[in-house]
Amino acid sequence: MSATEHGTMNLKLIVWRQSGPDKPGRFETYDAKNITPHHSFLEMLDVVNEDLIKAGKDPIAFDHDCREGICGACSAVVNGVPHGGQERTTLCQLHMRKFKDGDAIYLEPWRARAFPILRDLIVDRTALDRLVQAAGFVSCHTGGVADGNAILIGKPEADYAMDAAECIGCGACVAACPNGAAMLFAGAKVAQLAELPQGQVEAPQRVAAMVKAMSDNDFGNCTNHYECEGACPKGVKVKFIARLNREFTKALFQETLGTISTNRGTSKE
Amino acid sequence: MRLLSDSIGRKVVMAITGLLMVLFVVGHLLGNLSIFAGPNGINAYAEKLHGLPQVVWATRVVMLTAVALHIVLSIRLTLENRAAKPTAYAVDRRLRVTFAGKNMIWTGLLLGGFIAFHLLHFTVRSVPGLDIVQGLDGHGRFDVFSMVVAAFGHVVTAVVYVVAMAALFLHLSHGIQSTFQSLGLNNAKTMPGFLKFGSVLSVIFLLGYGSIPVAIFFGLIAK
Repeated sequence: MSATEHGTMNLKLIVWRQSGPDKPGRFETYDAKNITPHHSFLEMLDVVNEDLIKAGKDPIAFDHDCREGICGACSAVVNGVPHGGQERTTLCQLHMRKFKDGDAIYLEPWRARAFPILRDLIVDRTALDRLVQAAGFVSCHTGGVADGNAILIGKPEADYAMDAAECIGCGACVAACPNGAAMLFAGAKVAQLAELPQGQVEAPQRVAAMVKAMSDNDFGNCTNHYECEGACPKGVKVKFIARLNREFTKALFQETLGTISTNRGTSKE
Repeated sequence: MRLLSDSIGRKVVMAITGLLMVLFVVGHLLGNLSIFAGPNGINAYAEKLHGLPQVVWATRVVMLTAVALHIVLSIRLTLENRAAKPTAYAVDRRLRVTFAGKNMIWTGLLLGGFIAFHLLHFTVRSVPGLDIVQGLDGHGRFDVFSMVVAAFGHVVTAVVYVVAMAALFLHLSHGIQSTFQSLGLNNAKTMPGFLKFGSVLSVIFLLGYGSIPVAIFFGLIAK
């Protein structure tokens, strides 16, 4: 029986192979055989890797963890689009039914100066963690566990913060950005915290620290292409980048007027 | 926090200087369209404008500062952004990037060159190898009408101006909506409106400015 009679397909993978961070990389071509439409993209890679291991070859290294679309670990650029281009879908939730028998699929790692390649499709995304360490937190004392509704937060505000908090930190926005910028990630963090009472206290200091951390960590600048929004598997919107810009401008004004200082720990003028 | 060195600070400066230039482009277009009213229209307008030297010089100083800042920052931004994305993908598939957005630096540099040429052409009125008609009209006013009509009678000059206006159209179709996003005035609800506003305004500029050399070249405006 042929592959099509089983409903399976054979694909050609053109995969970026790189043995280490400073090693030269190259594309190599592999056959993915007997792939069913029900395989997820990562399961398809598992099948290919099984074959590679049986043939005594090095399997393709790729990042993955939960495989249910919530952890943000999987990361590969499929035919030029991070996570493969299905709306609001991480790579692990992309299924092979989206491909046809005989398709050629290019697989590349996230590419940005801030994300050095570790091996094959795996990049080092700790630059995003450093942004959170620099600015993605609330440090003011909020006391013990408060009663459920002791701090009143309106439904629209809660929803807005939740939409921003949907970010899973996969870095697809940086990978998609022609400038290697992390504005969508940073915007989502800044907006989420600035929207809620606990986060409002340090909003100016946070945005200043975030903007500084982005350039310290080799991310580029935003030029409003909105490619990040198109690639985000969680549907995080560029309105959060506008919020980031708004928070920045507001803080800059306040600092220029001397009503606040964006250096943490310094007192008011 | 610093306006000229922080990433978003520079973005705000790009937006404000861009917005100032768009305002100038609106005013300049309204003035230019007076050419359709014949020599009495544009010559009277020019005479009136030059009767207000403070306004003219204040505008020149503000605009040249805005242009200079806009150009310097855009070159820095482009170089930084290229460095932040050193390797391109093998498959170049874009989800949202537009041709206009992708080529901002090139349409911008083209416009920068055009502005320099345009100032030498019709303000300084001295371009090597280009014959510029200068004289007074029947009312003793500087004859802008004859100067412009003579200039756009030449195919090369007319084409240069039309191409520059096509660049302006591309630049502003991305630039205008971008301004609102950069200044933080945007949200999900306003986004489609700003996009449409930017497109419509850029088309108006293209048709408004472009119509002048085209109309003159095809003899619709003649002495």
